[in-house]
Amino acid sequence: MEQPAQNTSSGVDASFDQLNRDWYIDKAVQVLVFLGGISAIVFIIGIFVFISKEGFGFLVGDFNFKEFFFSPNWRPTSESKETFGILALVAGTASVTGLAMLIAIPFSLGAAIFIAEFASGKTREFLKITVELLAAIPSVVWGFIGLAIMNPIIIETFNVPVGLNVLNAGVILGLMAAPIMTSIAEDALKAVPDRYREAAEAMGATRWQVIYKVVLPAAKNGLLGAVLLGVGRGFGETMAVLMATGHSINIPTSVFDSVRALTATIAAELGETAAGSSHYQALFTIGIFLFIITFIINLAADLIVRGVRKG
Amino acid sequence: MNQPATDQGSSLAIRTQKLNLWYGTFQALFDIDLDIKQGIITSMIGPSGCGKSTFLRSVNRINERLGYVRITGSIDVMGENIYDPDVELIQVRKQIGMVFQRPNPLPISIRENVLFGHRIHNAGRKTSKSENDDIVEDALKTVLLWDKVKDKLDQKATALSLEEQQKLCIARLLPVKPGLLLMDEPCSALDPKGTEAVEELIWELRGQYTILIVTHNMAQARRASEECIFMLMGKVVEHTETGQMFVTPQHKETSDYIEGRYG
Repeated sequence: MEQPAQNTSSGVDASFDQLNRDWYIDKAVQVLVFLGGISAIVFIIGIFVFISKEGFGFLVGDFNFKEFFFSPNWRPTSESKETFGILALVAGTASVTGLAMLIAIPFSLGAAIFIAEFASGKTREFLKITVELLAAIPSVVWGFIGLAIMNPIIIETFNVPVGLNVLNAGVILGLMAAPIMTSIAEDALKAVPDRYREAAEAMGATRWQVIYKVVLPAAKNGLLGAVLLGVGRGFGETMAVLMATGHSINIPTSVFDSVRALTATIAAELGETAAGSSHYQALFTIGIFLFIITFIINLAADLIVRGVRKG
Repeated sequence: MNQPATDQGSSLAIRTQKLNLWYGTFQALFDIDLDIKQGIITSMIGPSGCGKSTFLRSVNRINERLGYVRITGSIDVMGENIYDPDVELIQVRKQIGMVFQRPNPLPISIRENVLFGHRIHNAGRKTSKSENDDIVEDALKTVLLWDKVKDKLDQKATALSLEEQQKLCIARLLPVKPGLLLMDEPCSALDPKGTEAVEELIWELRGQYTILIVTHNMAQARRASEECIFMLMGKVVEHTETGQMFVTPQHKETSDYIEGRYG
């Protein structure tokens, strides 16, 4: 059995362009990997086409640019006159995200600086794992914490009637965004070559001087990218915000006002609308709006972070 | 900085006694006793891994960054034991400047690089802009870089050529008036032309600064230094005038190394 096979392989008639099993496996894997690679693009285009198609009817029909962006009245089910103004919703999302960033930026920067510059060995590994675990907590759990724990605490501490408000959602969202921001900021700090630190230390700079005079400026693009990704996360977060904001349409004047977020509106209302109705299509238009905003934020973050790698 | 002129160690820039150094459990330096004179250029030669750089790096205590370095014995710089617990690390590093193998300008402007040391050692005391300009100009002129960069002081230092970067790395040490400059193979990353330029600069600094330079390049040691130290396997084999070492080495290892039989 073996003998003849041996002969052919070493024989003169063995051609160079023989297609054996390995060649087919190689080609098949190539195709599979290529499909996997472009699937992300296919999906993102598909999603955009889908939500655009659903929202299209509204955009060409009832859509009124001025009302949509500048009216604080979101009354999609009004008997007398339906109004679709998202100003209050945008204000809700923006206020919650803004507060969340105020909380998350110092936390995540501090954590990233500690992990990257001060912690070493076991402490550092432990902290990194903990931060990653924190990032993996499902958002509904955060929402639950906002609803069941933060709510009574806010009511008691500040003596306000409702604890589901901008403050509550901002804190929750800040804590949610901090881990991912920490992780990216830490990467940015780690990407600063060690010889810069060595150079500065050799000149007699203290640890802190090294950090704020050398490391932070060198990592500033990466850190900005981390913040932008946090903002993107804030804009897109739905469940926790739905549970912690109080979900009432309002342009907030203080952190104790309840608000409603763009995302939460879609989540709460889409199931109750008739497919194809103006309300349904308006919700998809909000979806398009969100899609564009998060796309821009993420793209900006990506470009900025990439700039770091090159420089 | 005040140099004690009274005791007899005053003419010595560095005096080490029974200096041993370990990286973890690996011993890199063995009983180093060295007296390095002030005001001259001393070079250290020896094959890779013989401990030259380790010695140099322990003189401004940058070795300690690694965290697993242990030292016994003493290193006196300008008559003061720099490993004394009362000694402030910041002051040690201010007075003992270090130039690294790979040029390592900070990723900030040329001007800020030159002013970096000056700023951190004068915290609290604001210096005027014209004063700063003078400092920058003086330092860059000393390293023969002023004419090339005077019009682009606000550009990033990392955009300069390696030779210019290395010169800048020397220039930024000068504003704090260090008593001693350590150079760890300052030309090894440079091309022959850059090497020549930086060597010339080092030679220019002779007399103004005490310089201890580690080099792989024997021709460089011969050209650019007044005294020479030959190290092997973590020990000092020979320390004498450069001319003498290259003409009549006292030890067989030295002559073997100089003649290129190993290394």
